[in-house]
Amino acid sequence: MNTETQERPLKKVCIICAKGTIEDVYATLVLANGAVMEGIEVKLFFTFFGLDAITKKQMNKIHTGTVGNPAMRMPGGLPFPSILGILPGVEAGVSAMMKSQMAKLDIPSVDEFLEMITAGGGEVYACKLAMDMFKLEAKDLWDGCSGVLTVGDFYAMCGGENTQIIFT
Amino acid sequence: MAQKTIAGITVDVTNEGYLENPAQWNKEIAIEIAGEIGIELTELHFEVLEFLRKEHEAGTQLSIRKVGNSGIVDIKGLYTLFPGGPLKYSAKIAGIPKPVSCV
Repeated sequence: MNTETQERPLKKVCIICAKGTIEDVYATLVLANGAVMEGIEVKLFFTFFGLDAITKKQMNKIHTGTVGNPAMRMPGGLPFPSILGILPGVEAGVSAMMKSQMAKLDIPSVDEFLEMITAGGGEVYACKLAMDMFKLEAKDLWDGCSGVLTVGDFYAMCGGENTQIIFT
Repeated sequence: MAQKTIAGITVDVTNEGYLENPAQWNKEIAIEIAGEIGIELTELHFEVLEFLRKEHEAGTQLSIRKVGNSGIVDIKGLYTLFPGGPLKYSAKIAGIPKPVSCV
């Protein structure tokens, strides 16, 4: 019996982002940037609300949801009642606070983060179906986008040894 | 603590080969570590290495973004200088600890 358990290093990650909140988009960007920095090939696929992250008009205005998020607490750790989250301005305030905390850790804005990833060879793609659904055109997308793909096109890029698909 | 002889000098290294003590570093050591990784150092490489060493000494948490804003190279340039490991290889060659940054 073969008992060899040697690990082989990861060569490529294909990351799918389908949501447009700060935490979903940044999880995607941090995973992608971390991979590029380790010399791992990266393909990013943005679909549904995740498209906001690569749409010029929206990319630097993403928010975190303040309703239905039990892990969200007040500064200091007190509970954050869901009913507060529906008040006007609260979502914007919470989002601004999250962004300022991230800026302190040297985490850049969405457009700059995408530039860092593509500077290292990462590639960014938009989902064709979601683009049609949201009536978006190629000109609406961030300029560093490599193209608009069908799911089949995307899967065709996800082949090869030691490749992983990650769905944030 | 492991020891390793690099460029004729015995230095303390981590199990990943990073220098334990940045003061033991010199240019010959940099050239040899870079050679093991497969990088031939130029003047521009050394400018980046000096920047990293200075920032490390000042207690800065290093990131590729900080190097990109240094005025020495942009991030794309940093990837070109240190392919496959812009921060981990440059730090290793600069004789400073492995950065714990995700950016």
